[in-house]
Amino acid sequence: MRVPILKQGNYLIATIQSALTDEDLLQLRDELTDRVGKFRSRGVIVDVTALDIMDSFATQTLRALAHMIRLRGAETVIVGVQPEVAFTMVQLGLTLEGISTALDLEEGLAQLNLKTRGVEARERRG
Amino acid sequence: MRDADEVKVSISSEADVVTAREAGRQMASDIGLNGSLPTVIATAISEVARNIIQYAGRGEIILRRLNNSIKTGIMIIARDKGPGIADVEQAMKDGYTTGRGLGMGLPGTRRLMDEFEIVSKKGKGTTVTMKKWM
Repeated sequence: MRVPILKQGNYLIATIQSALTDEDLLQLRDELTDRVGKFRSRGVIVDVTALDIMDSFATQTLRALAHMIRLRGAETVIVGVQPEVAFTMVQLGLTLEGISTALDLEEGLAQLNLKTRGVEARERRG
Repeated sequence: MRDADEVKVSISSEADVVTAREAGRQMASDIGLNGSLPTVIATAISEVARNIIQYAGRGEIILRRLNNSIKTGIMIIARDKGPGIADVEQAMKDGYTTGRGLGMGLPGTRRLMDEFEIVSKKGKGTTVTMKKWM
């Protein structure tokens, strides 16, 4: 199941819509890393609201995704981690340390706006 | 119709991992496990099923309802005839891995469950048996 990626202004929004295999997750990571360059995006949101579980592989892949995108010069916010998913991750000992998270898409966009504000201002001046 | 007491899922591809964890979630909610428990069970299944793919190539997951006079629960058996785990004690330590993972899978899964047992014979395969009670 491919994850649709929406381009909205300077941001890319990937909304996971169903259970994903490991391969799907890796593909999402690579596609986002690629498109950040193609669209010269400043920020990425990965909406995991519909993701039923975040096991060790999913967590590792999302962490790698965020780090790779940062190396490409953009920011990532993971939004929509469900309460029972959060509970299970904590018990498993999994963290998204160093990765920005937000409650939902709206909060995620607000966070990206803050994070990329400096860049936008410089661009307008430049 | 009564729901099945036992469900078996053959594991030989990543898609089977998804099938197995969905079967686990389904059984968990069928027997009335609520709150985070269906997610906990689906996640535990995902971890052990991935180990089957990664280390043995194929195997199976068996889900069984547990009922005694006092409590209800679910038993998960993950079985493969792969190379086996050379050092089970090491494999149960946080951060230890011989694969591409974080080394959190097995120790983390044990924390998720109420009962957890792993039997592995070199060259013969691995069986993980775990239970979660309501």
